[in-house]
Amino acid sequence: MSVQVDNLRVYYRTLRGDVQAVDGVSFAIADGEIMGLAGESGCGKTTLGKSLIRMDARMRRVEGRVALDHVELPLDDTRAMNKHRFKDISLVPQYAMSALTPTRKVGKLIEELLESRGVGFATVRPELERRLSLVGLSRDVLSMYPIELSGGMKQRTVMVLSTLLNPALLIADEITSALDVSTQKAVAETLVEFRDRGYVKSMMVITHDLAILYQVADSILVMYAGKLAEKAPAEVIIRSPLHPYTQLLISSLPEVGVTYEEQRLTGIPGRPPPLLDPPTGCRFRDRCPLAFDKCVEEPPFVEVEPGHHVACWKVL
Amino acid sequence: MLTLEQVTKVYKVGTFGGKRLTAVRGVSFEVKPGEVVSLIGESGSGKSTVGRMILRLTPVTEGSITFDGVDVADLKRRRVKGYYREVQGVFQDPFSSYNPIFKVDRVFGMIRSAYFPELSSADWQRKLQASLQDVSLEPAHVLNKYPHQLSGGQLQRLLIARALLLDIKYLVADEIISMLDASTRIDVLNLLGELKARGLGVLFITHDLSLGHYISDTTMILRKGVLVERGPTERVFANPRHPYTQMLLDSVPQLHTKWSGGRSAPADTAEGENGVVPELVEVEPGHFAAS
Repeated sequence: MSVQVDNLRVYYRTLRGDVQAVDGVSFAIADGEIMGLAGESGCGKTTLGKSLIRMDARMRRVEGRVALDHVELPLDDTRAMNKHRFKDISLVPQYAMSALTPTRKVGKLIEELLESRGVGFATVRPELERRLSLVGLSRDVLSMYPIELSGGMKQRTVMVLSTLLNPALLIADEITSALDVSTQKAVAETLVEFRDRGYVKSMMVITHDLAILYQVADSILVMYAGKLAEKAPAEVIIRSPLHPYTQLLISSLPEVGVTYEEQRLTGIPGRPPPLLDPPTGCRFRDRCPLAFDKCVEEPPFVEVEPGHHVACWKVL
Repeated sequence: MLTLEQVTKVYKVGTFGGKRLTAVRGVSFEVKPGEVVSLIGESGSGKSTVGRMILRLTPVTEGSITFDGVDVADLKRRRVKGYYREVQGVFQDPFSSYNPIFKVDRVFGMIRSAYFPELSSADWQRKLQASLQDVSLEPAHVLNKYPHQLSGGQLQRLLIARALLLDIKYLVADEIISMLDASTRIDVLNLLGELKARGLGVLFITHDLSLGHYISDTTMILRKGVLVERGPTERVFANPRHPYTQMLLDSVPQLHTKWSGGRSAPADTAEGENGVVPELVEVEPGHFAAS
């Protein structure tokens, strides 16, 4: 087990109370596994990703532990976490286009970053150039300022940079959302290639786009309102989902080939509950067509088939 | 009928406008009543510029946009208002389309004072209820609320309701659902379908091929300001003739089929790069592609 998350609860402190963004989440990512994390905006997926690498000042771990290769991570201690960041856990942020310091040449920026980890730039440079050419960038990128690169090029540069020290876990947060379809495909394929070449042991790919996840991920975890709804291999989630939320979500996605005249798709009525004061029991209850009286109790997240976990009373 | 004839847009960029950037080059098409036309292109292809020119938000450099035979650029004062009664736009970001300190009623109130000053309160209320009904919103849920109290889907539907108050004939929908969540976006898309059935013409601007395929009758592919393919939606998707369209279709992530092997290399034969607009050739009835 490469990554093991046990009953993690991360709340945001606000003046009006705690926003329960991640509420009792447990899962594991195996070595060499690409796990997709899907959900609507505000379901806590980015918070979950962020809490594994850097909690900001408003975030607070209420309970739970995270272990990477059986070593527990000091999530709340931002100083102690520093020695894990970039080396063991790395991140490709949501807006990778603006992640590069605009006043530093790319090469200089990488050099400084490596120095801060006590790694000499010269020793890594051949590998760096090899990986840049792998994603279709020339070594000239290193002597350019970020403004000279296009959005897709910056995205790929950040991907190479984040994975340079072969981290055990890479968190990729919405890295394809702002890209055009053709660039999207290239970036998604690069993720898989990095895994195949062993640059990264495990990956957590966070996105709202299930279609992209189906292309790259081995398993998909669906979150709803701060809780886990369903986890299964990608093929199973897309073809035979069990949780009503996953089912409705997938049936609301248009594909090339589906038309309004022939097959009317429908959305999910209602909106997610507020996380400041979430309802008890199943949080999808108000929008769920199958809801019954048992749903006022919170459904456990259990394994119903090997590798397939669901939190729904109707499925148990 | 809304018709674009050889429309070109050149922006002045750089210090003191010294450089020229051609955003749209020789684009011609028409939108008929009761038809959804989707304009699909990647970022920077000029698709939003086309929408903005139709709405008179930016002037046309060359060519003409005519609405029922009248050139839109020549309209003056009262006629402009008349034009906006019939053609309206809804844009991508519902959260920034509203003034955050105006309640929703006030947004509608502005329409009333500008276009219907003579209408009695009772008639206005009836009109308002009817247009909210059309976008399937419960008046009690949305009226007398601030924008931050409503969801993105509700806000976007309110903007469509606002356009419907004006008895519009055409709607320019510029990426109206790309900011919405997956569970609500399809409802807004279906709403466009219902409006179409009532005779509204919609120009649906998007970067998402599957959404375009779902809703539109005619599909146009725009690349670097040039139309490379235009035709009935099912023909363009079933039988794409231009290499760029084929490349786009190959790159769309699908839910039930995996990408076929081979890394995508964007074909780099840009038409119109040196000012030459390629001729659209009819490859089958109604289906045109750049040769």
